[in-house]
Amino acid sequence: MPAFTPDAARALGGHDWLLARRVAAAEQLASVSWPSSAEEIWRYSRVDEFDLERYQPREVNQRSLDVPVLDAGLASKGVVVGDLIDVDDSEAADWLGTCSDASPDAFTVLHDAFVVGGAYVRVPAGVVVETPLFFEHRSGGDGLASFPHTLVVVGEGAEVTVVDRFAADGDPHLCDAVIELIVGDGARVRYVSVQEHGPKTWQMGLQRAHVSRDASLRSSAVALGGDYARMRTESLITGSAGESDLLAVYFGDGDQVLDFRTLQDHAAPHSRSDLLFKGAVEDHARSVYSGLVRLRAEAQHSNAFQTNRNLVLTEGAGAESIPNLEIEANDVRCSHASAVGPIDDDQRYYLETRGIPPEDAEQLIVLGFFDDVLNRLPVPTLAAALRRTVERKVGKLRG
Amino acid sequence: MTSRLVVSDLRATVAGVDVLRGVNLEVASGEVHALMGPNGSGKSTLAHVLMGRSDYEVTGGSVTLDGTELLGLPTWRRAQLGLFLAMQYPIAVPGVPVGALLAAASHRDGPELEAAVRREADRLALADEFLARGVNDEFSGGEQKRLETLQLAVLRPRIAILDELDSGLDVDALRGLAGRVASLTREAKVGVLAITHYVRLLQELRPDRVHVLLAGRVVTSGGPELADRLEVLGYEGLAAELGVEELAIEAPESADPFADPGF
Repeated sequence: MPAFTPDAARALGGHDWLLARRVAAAEQLASVSWPSSAEEIWRYSRVDEFDLERYQPREVNQRSLDVPVLDAGLASKGVVVGDLIDVDDSEAADWLGTCSDASPDAFTVLHDAFVVGGAYVRVPAGVVVETPLFFEHRSGGDGLASFPHTLVVVGEGAEVTVVDRFAADGDPHLCDAVIELIVGDGARVRYVSVQEHGPKTWQMGLQRAHVSRDASLRSSAVALGGDYARMRTESLITGSAGESDLLAVYFGDGDQVLDFRTLQDHAAPHSRSDLLFKGAVEDHARSVYSGLVRLRAEAQHSNAFQTNRNLVLTEGAGAESIPNLEIEANDVRCSHASAVGPIDDDQRYYLETRGIPPEDAEQLIVLGFFDDVLNRLPVPTLAAALRRTVERKVGKLRG
Repeated sequence: MTSRLVVSDLRATVAGVDVLRGVNLEVASGEVHALMGPNGSGKSTLAHVLMGRSDYEVTGGSVTLDGTELLGLPTWRRAQLGLFLAMQYPIAVPGVPVGALLAAASHRDGPELEAAVRREADRLALADEFLARGVNDEFSGGEQKRLETLQLAVLRPRIAILDELDSGLDVDALRGLAGRVASLTREAKVGVLAITHYVRLLQELRPDRVHVLLAGRVVTSGGPELADRLEVLGYEGLAAELGVEELAIEAPESADPFADPGF
């Protein structure tokens, strides 16, 4: 019996608007065309191995989302934090899909059809939320599919830091996630996602931000888990002088494939975007980075920078790095850099001359390589914890 | 305990060219030896061959530290046995600050090590930001040499090879670093092999012995007065006096990654 039907979508319940959106997507799902690696955007992916029939959607009672407790003072200022399934905010319906509907693919349709709820944050104009808001999206279950969602809506001049942790257990699992970040005029949003799935999880994800006039987004992603974990990270600057910084570190080992597609899309003048994705792969792991900088005709006087660097730690591992530019404006500054290579012999030698064995030297070099991204994480305690996690992963190289 | 580094008839090639042609040297705890020679004489090569850099092929001879044969041991083992190299061109390791490096190198505990690093940084006039940054990452030449000296002072090896510690330093900075090295030879009994081609460093460091390296061989050794004679005669004059024809070795430029870029 096919599991991903409109009836199954309807049975997940929740607000009427959520239900309506879900059923519409489920009906669309029947005619959706599933991608293949012949398409450029799926090149180097493992999408050809994907088989939806291996999974069925989780029931409502199988999902687990930890929502932070909101300070009463902030609630009185109109800040809303909750789970989309039952959140009490009439605006949520209007915002849901704002970003993801602008960049659909088969997996966002599947997501929309079976999303149960998700992390929801709305900060009204002028309100500054000082303390980071932590959400934990736990998923997993043998043969189950989960559809985590995050919707962050930040009003004019408001500020917030949101941290999402996505973790599926060790069973074969599909995690189809969508993250939407709506950054209002002059707003400041810091967003962190930490992906620590089990070794048999397949992740398909879209993170997309819309950045308005004078607004600033800094997004940091840490991707460590999954069997095949794909994330599209997109940022559209819609307002003059909007700024977007996209950072990521990733570390693949075993037979993992970590797959990143990025888009820095400038649709307004005097905008600035910077991207720094740094990864390491060992054992037989592979990583894919394919990024596009698009400077539209209306993006005059904008700056865009894109850097992807990869350390390939063992002979069986590999990394693809494909930066692309699409420039329609004639008065812009744009640069891109990409590198794939092993640990630098000279660096290892330098550390060895101090008495540091090569395995320890490599661990230091890899951690140092990630340091400029980890250091810029908005939550220092999180940076320290992630540094230890990476340390453990690199430590596996020993012996 | 007195340590002793003994280099006997050391020979090495790089890309098929003989760059060390039978080097003999002995350095003991607390002694300062100067090794002088023109560009291309093999000075930096000797430093890296002693440290075990893999780009060079050792074709003969022996190097012992307190009786242990170093040839064949990996670099880190040589360092753990007490050999140290302050590099002419220290290598940047982004994101690895000197504290993390020294913690991994010395296995000393955090606060004590941190205090030692800070003390040396003050003494060597190295600003805090250079302790926070990855080692040598966008450091000036002078800052690099200060950091090399700082590591030497914290690690306190038995024998330290200083490969042109003087290059890229102004007179005041040179005096400061040479003074610190000199005090380490007295207080910690570090034995020093200082490679240089200028006498300036030696005016500060006051070597016990001076050796002249020409074309991969130590052609003469003497007391500090040898450096003064060199200052008068130049390498060519000294070579003529000794009846040595070859001063430098023409190695293919790409063959020797640590060779002097030339002046």
